[in-house]
Amino acid sequence: MKSRLTRFAASVVLGSALAVGAGSISTSAQEYGGELRLVVGSKIPSYDGHIESTFGMIHPIRPFYSMLIRVNPDNPSSPTDFVCDLCVGDVPEPTNDGKTYTFKIRQGVTFQDGTPLTSADIKATFDKIAFPPEGVASNRKAYFKMIDSIEAPDDETVVFNLKFASGTFIPSVAMPFNFIYAKKDLDEHGYKWHQTNINGSGPFHFVEHVQGSHVSGVKNPNYYHEGKPYLDGYRAISAPKMSVRLQAIRGGQADIEFRGFPPRARDDLVKALGDQIEVQESDWNCVLIVTPNHKVKPFDDPRVRQALSLAIDRAGGSKYLSQIAIVKTVGGIGFPGHPISSTPEYLEKNIIGYGSDVEANRERAKELLKEAGHENLKFTLHNRGVDQPYKVVGTWLIDQWKRIGLDVEQWVQPSTPFYATLRTKKDFDVSLDFNCQAVVNPIADISKFLPSGGANYSDFEDQQLEDLYIELLQTGDPAKQRELFAAYEKRVLNDLASQFITLWWYKINPYRSYVKGWKIAPSHYLNQSLENIWIDQAEYKKQLGG
Amino acid sequence: MATPDISIESDKLPARKTVLQRIGRLARKQPLGFAGGIVVLAMVIMAVFAPWLAPFDPEQANFADMLVPPGSSSNMGEGFFLLGTDQFGRDLFSRIIYGARTALTVGFTAAIIGSFAGLALGVASAYFGGYFDLILQRIIDVFMAFPLIIMALAIVAIFGTGTDKVIIAITIPFIPRCARVVRSSALAVREMPYVDAARSIGYGSARIIFRHIAPNVVAPFLIMLTAFLGEAILLEASLSYLGLGVQEPTPAWGLMLQGGAEEYAESAPWVPIFPGLAITVAVFGFNLFGDAVRDALDPRLRSR
Amino acid sequence: MYSYIVKRLLILLPTLIGAAILVFLLLRLVPGDVCLLRFGGEGGYADPEQIRLCQERLGLDQPIFFQFVDYMVGFFTLDLGVSMWTAQPVTEEIGIRFGLSLQIAIMATLVSVIIALPLGVISAAKQNTPTDYFVRAFSIAGIAMPSFWLGILIILGLLIGSQAFFGRPWMPPIDYVPIWVDPWYNLSALIWPALATGYRYSAVATRMTRSAMLEVLHEDYVRTARAKGLIEKVIINKHALKNAMLPVVTIIGIEFAFLMGGLVVTEQVFNLNGLGKLFVESVTQSDYTLTQALVMLVVAIFVLVNFLVDIMYAWLDPRIRYN
Repeated sequence: MKSRLTRFAASVVLGSALAVGAGSISTSAQEYGGELRLVVGSKIPSYDGHIESTFGMIHPIRPFYSMLIRVNPDNPSSPTDFVCDLCVGDVPEPTNDGKTYTFKIRQGVTFQDGTPLTSADIKATFDKIAFPPEGVASNRKAYFKMIDSIEAPDDETVVFNLKFASGTFIPSVAMPFNFIYAKKDLDEHGYKWHQTNINGSGPFHFVEHVQGSHVSGVKNPNYYHEGKPYLDGYRAISAPKMSVRLQAIRGGQADIEFRGFPPRARDDLVKALGDQIEVQESDWNCVLIVTPNHKVKPFDDPRVRQALSLAIDRAGGSKYLSQIAIVKTVGGIGFPGHPISSTPEYLEKNIIGYGSDVEANRERAKELLKEAGHENLKFTLHNRGVDQPYKVVGTWLIDQWKRIGLDVEQWVQPSTPFYATLRTKKDFDVSLDFNCQAVVNPIADISKFLPSGGANYSDFEDQQLEDLYIELLQTGDPAKQRELFAAYEKRVLNDLASQFITLWWYKINPYRSYVKGWKIAPSHYLNQSLENIWIDQAEYKKQLGG
Repeated sequence: MATPDISIESDKLPARKTVLQRIGRLARKQPLGFAGGIVVLAMVIMAVFAPWLAPFDPEQANFADMLVPPGSSSNMGEGFFLLGTDQFGRDLFSRIIYGARTALTVGFTAAIIGSFAGLALGVASAYFGGYFDLILQRIIDVFMAFPLIIMALAIVAIFGTGTDKVIIAITIPFIPRCARVVRSSALAVREMPYVDAARSIGYGSARIIFRHIAPNVVAPFLIMLTAFLGEAILLEASLSYLGLGVQEPTPAWGLMLQGGAEEYAESAPWVPIFPGLAITVAVFGFNLFGDAVRDALDPRLRSR
Repeated sequence: MYSYIVKRLLILLPTLIGAAILVFLLLRLVPGDVCLLRFGGEGGYADPEQIRLCQERLGLDQPIFFQFVDYMVGFFTLDLGVSMWTAQPVTEEIGIRFGLSLQIAIMATLVSVIIALPLGVISAAKQNTPTDYFVRAFSIAGIAMPSFWLGILIILGLLIGSQAFFGRPWMPPIDYVPIWVDPWYNLSALIWPALATGYRYSAVATRMTRSAMLEVLHEDYVRTARAKGLIEKVIINKHALKNAMLPVVTIIGIEFAFLMGGLVVTEQVFNLNGLGKLFVESVTQSDYTLTQALVMLVVAIFVLVNFLVDIMYAWLDPRIRYN
């Protein structure tokens, strides 16, 4: 028992080291061969990355495609390390006052059907994403508003001309949804063909998709990254229930799951299988946000909203919830640890509800409620019918509010009506909302708190926030950025308490230890090409037999 | 449950039996039904006296005592967790006791409303006959064939979640099933001479239905009613498991099996095992009890 | 007889149309739609233009009346349309899962028959003895256990048991391979849910066998057989069982039909790619076309089986035909 626990501790430490220390391992010789079986908890709506936004599509389909640039697969935990995939050399520095990016395109790359890839394909792809014709959908069009035009002067060159210099251009291009399609396919079959067909140039070739069961792929023998991929193939098995995915890894029916398990699930796996399980952990670019409806009384009163935020013991919650849910880190509105985000010390001193004297916070909350005339407020917390982490955090919040004398009932809705209530019907008191982005990009991500940002459902207006955000977008100086960021954060969390943060998610990936070469990223969307993954055959045989 | 042979025997033995003797006799004659009755009784006691029986507030989260094994004392100093705690540090024993309340509320309300509405529709359908019967029976066909989960989802989505909504979702499919069975019994009664007689002396429809037909379809009605009790508890559990039932933090057995229970199935097996056992024992009891009622009321099955 | 069959068939039609209307209305009463869910953008910015395009493509922007007419026309021309989630034809989506659901329905029915017949017969033959009580308690326990709870216990038992006995934990496969491709793999996945479901469904069949046997055992010809001095075993096997079979076969047929509609909860626990799991997914994704088709499939199976049962009884008992 004790040895198991120490082994467990060791593997967690190793995992964390993996997540933090860039490229320090993988010195042992990679082996070729084997099939990776991964379990996926969400369904595939279509194969078209340009319109979808679910990891249920990324995990099984991403390995069939290439990107122009991507998050460094050897250092995915860094939010700022981008490298070329289809381009050559380093990610280009902009010219023309930051308004022109010129990419040199790799030669000799072919699509699965044998068509050679040229710069024309990349231009066609980004034209589809940024300037879809009337009647064609593109989910991330808004990220590319800065693009003026895209040119392909010759087969090896793509030029992006921007309307204005923008720090969000490169992270946006690196988003893992930007699959590169063949121009030929778009010309011949139209813009909807890729929703139901696959023809990519990625490390794996598409074999079959049995609806509801699995997707399988085989190694692309002509893959352009030297020596990769290591695997002969992979099988992405659909398993919507978390307990099934967990049991599948334990019972030898799957090797890995890339989204993340709750801490107890990790402990169970490690307890049952000891060093046959490897664990990697990381902060996660997802956060649950309490969203009061400013149009509903008394949540139009900032004192009431501040009281709700003050009642939450974030440090205590982190300690306990991190044992039962996929949340852990106390943070402000920016991804914790990113250079622009507030430090824990700063938050504790300056932001309401982050101070270490919980009792004082709660006394203050009661005073505020008394002032506002709503001491024994009764309301419903609108929540999404998903256990991890929504319902766990919701149940915790209700308990926190009970401690300042509030009577809160949880109103749980399945995903579709949940979205409808939050976004269109707006008939809730207070709702849990969430923000979960692929590439860590705090300046873009905090538009979630902007009244005009398009994703803010608390229904209010504030000119000061709008002005601060515009200024922040147009500032290049990091110190000035940090200053504006902090002012924006204070406005959101303190003055207005228009929305407030619960806890940031925490990604835990336990998997069979014969799976080597994969590195955790702060998002379940990132680093999913599978090309670096290899299987330790001897260890595989030891664990699962012949 | 006075069967003819009991009355014959009591003629032979004029001395009055004590209550205990009667119970003992019942237990010998109907051991399964008797056991079921005891379970039902125990549940009713648990539900009614929950606030006095439960050592803890069933909804009070207590993060210092998360997933404490059965038979441990609280880390906060006070209190003892007979069946352990769940992931929010809530006492499972208290939640199971209060859960009996939820289960019985759902079970009795759904079964009683469902079977009485079915009784009314079934008798009316048989009595009036003609187009009324034809149309009503087609509507009943539709509802009998219709999957419960769609109904439940629509109800949850329109009215929100909560015990009362779960009751609505469960009651709706009960109504047509009871109506169908009652109707076929009532059809036979309708042709009886005494109903004709009542009609001929000018009694109104309502009077004939309630005074003459309804009492004669009591047997199938009671059989359906008791069968629904156990079924309602199971349906509530299934809906909660699919996320369409009662919601946190209400103590309900089905809900206690959902979500966390599966994740912690191994490191904290008490979390899924005790609520599952509670459901099984309760439904088992109701079914045994229902079978005994069926045996007593259905002449074809009565032991000869 | 033929006019009775035609009359019965005509009655099916209003049921089917009624169910079609009901499912249409209930689904639309749920706020939101598949586009809002699919392009929800994981909490971030969701392009309203894209959501509008999606609604336009699926006809969700049309007035509800036009959607209904469109749906009814499709219903009568047997054109079920494409899934709103995957854009695959609904018939194809269902076809993929049909094989698994059929197989598990057959296996579970077999299991339930294997359990129910002997237990029901024994229980009737030993009426009101401890054996009878035990058998009845055993079979009632089957329906008393929530099916997903039994499933969880089975999987846990397999994981813990296999680790204890063979040194490495094992659980049944979670992806579907047809039985003709790899029978061993296929069966090792499906036998467990079939056992759990078969046990559960055996309860009603056991009770039916028992009461049918009891009834027959009290018939005159069985008494005659007894009077002739035939031994009890022969009486039960040759005379009683045969005549008790009709209601038992009926109830098994009805249960089979229910199983065909998919095991909504059990398929979740064992991750089976059958109609039940598809159903839950299509409902939670507000995939109207697919849900409507699945509901109609379940309703059609239900009314068809009832129809066949009625016809069978009418054939056996001519009085029914003229009633």
